[in-house]
Amino acid sequence: MNFSRRETLALGLGAAALTVLPVRSSAAADDAIAAFTGGAEMGEGGITLTAPEIAENGNTVPIAVDAPGAASILIVAAGNPEPGVATFNFGPMAAAQSASTRIRLASTQDVVAVAKMADGSFTRASATVKVTIGGCGG
Amino acid sequence: MNYKSWTAIAVLAAAPIAAFADADEDALVVNGEIEMITQAAAPDHLSDVMDEVYSGWRFRSDETQALQMDDFDNPAMIFVDQAMEKWDTAEGTAGKSCADCHGDAEESMAGVRVVYPKWNESAGEVRTLAMQINDCRENQMGAEKWKYTGGSMAAMEALISVQSRGMPVNVATNGPAQSTWEAGKELYYTRTGQLELSCANCHEDNYGNMIRADHLSQGQINGFPVYRLKNTKLNTAHARFKGCVRDTRAETYSPGSPEFIALELYVASRGNGLSVEAPSVRN
Amino acid sequence: MASGVKPRVKVPKTAAAGEVITIKTLISHQMESGQRKDKEGNVIPRSIINRFTCDFNGQNVIDVTLEPAISTNPYFQFEATVPEAGEFVFTWYDDDGSVYDTKKQIAIG
Repeated sequence: MNFSRRETLALGLGAAALTVLPVRSSAAADDAIAAFTGGAEMGEGGITLTAPEIAENGNTVPIAVDAPGAASILIVAAGNPEPGVATFNFGPMAAAQSASTRIRLASTQDVVAVAKMADGSFTRASATVKVTIGGCGG
Repeated sequence: MNYKSWTAIAVLAAAPIAAFADADEDALVVNGEIEMITQAAAPDHLSDVMDEVYSGWRFRSDETQALQMDDFDNPAMIFVDQAMEKWDTAEGTAGKSCADCHGDAEESMAGVRVVYPKWNESAGEVRTLAMQINDCRENQMGAEKWKYTGGSMAAMEALISVQSRGMPVNVATNGPAQSTWEAGKELYYTRTGQLELSCANCHEDNYGNMIRADHLSQGQINGFPVYRLKNTKLNTAHARFKGCVRDTRAETYSPGSPEFIALELYVASRGNGLSVEAPSVRN
Repeated sequence: MASGVKPRVKVPKTAAAGEVITIKTLISHQMESGQRKDKEGNVIPRSIINRFTCDFNGQNVIDVTLEPAISTNPYFQFEATVPEAGEFVFTWYDDDGSVYDTKKQIAIG
């Protein structure tokens, strides 16, 4: 695997973030997830959350979720003033239990996706997105 | 994290800031068919200061770049649609629409954005696209002028520009426009504000470097008006100039002022050879 | 009704029977989050699209609940199965009670 300049930069910032930046999570986010799962245990795997490592602007961050066989997927941004982002419910005509959208992130934080599978079980995935503060802000 | 990751971090830690300078190598093709020139030999008048000019698109992240590669994904197209409705709507005392004189924008406006700002012989002045639009509104339609950097103006500029996408910018710097162009050049290299920064300090001397968390571009305006993720609307070149000058902590010139008209002509000429990308998407 | 709201959708005109197609949707909307303040310091009240649905011939493809963290001009991309010719119906629900919809026909061929 070779690293592009940008990936190298991302790795460097990521390493810095591990040691410096506290990633915010909130009780409100936990509550939103509990309301979705009814407090059930969540597994891992079977769900993919795609988000940029670094967002050039937190106002418009592209994300995608994919959970084959899911009935619905909850997206939560743990570091936002209100953690809720969206809930995708898939109908019989959906060809895949996947969707893409663009979201707002107030700061560097974890985005969490929780899928409710057809059998009633839950699985989760998360991604840390670093939100940069722009240059001169002009 | 594997061995190579740690190597990359070690290299990064040791490298100077210049390690991630420059534009990236990505190619911009819109809708799988419009090939954009995002890198070109610098125009002759820049040959002493740089070899190549780059579109701002090349300095953006993959995610931001992707938003401009498909017209459906490009939120700026909402405003192009809105302007299309205005194009066909009669306004003002003359009861005329843009279409009444100019017909189908796709045909009549192709190639227009490429040469603006340009000298207007009958008016005896260099005119920007915005000035020409307002001249039409005031004198042909009998309608009220639009705010120079307002939403309606930006949208109409986008509609006109989109008809020239892919064509290389080609503004005239000589002839009757020359004195305006030289005034613009003077402004480009004049330091302003408490920070004492000129346009050149960031966009000529330091493009490719990071300004805080942002990747500095050459400040090309071939993509204007531009949809910015920051404010989720179309932004005109003069509004951006104002933001830049303000950020040097200076009193700024006004959008539509002779200074910004001259600066627009000069900055546009620095991008001669790059494709018209408007409406583009930036952070 | 909020001003300037205009839905855009991208659906292929034709598909093979049973084919999986990608659908993109965008609606122009401010998505006022309820977190911002005006110049006088008063909170600007929340005003968003709170639900989006897509149905094909009366059967649901996707039903999305939107929160204020969805960006201005909400965008969605998803996949649908097209077993037969018919009509996609897209519906957006605004906090202010407005409902915006648009329809797209798809043929088999």
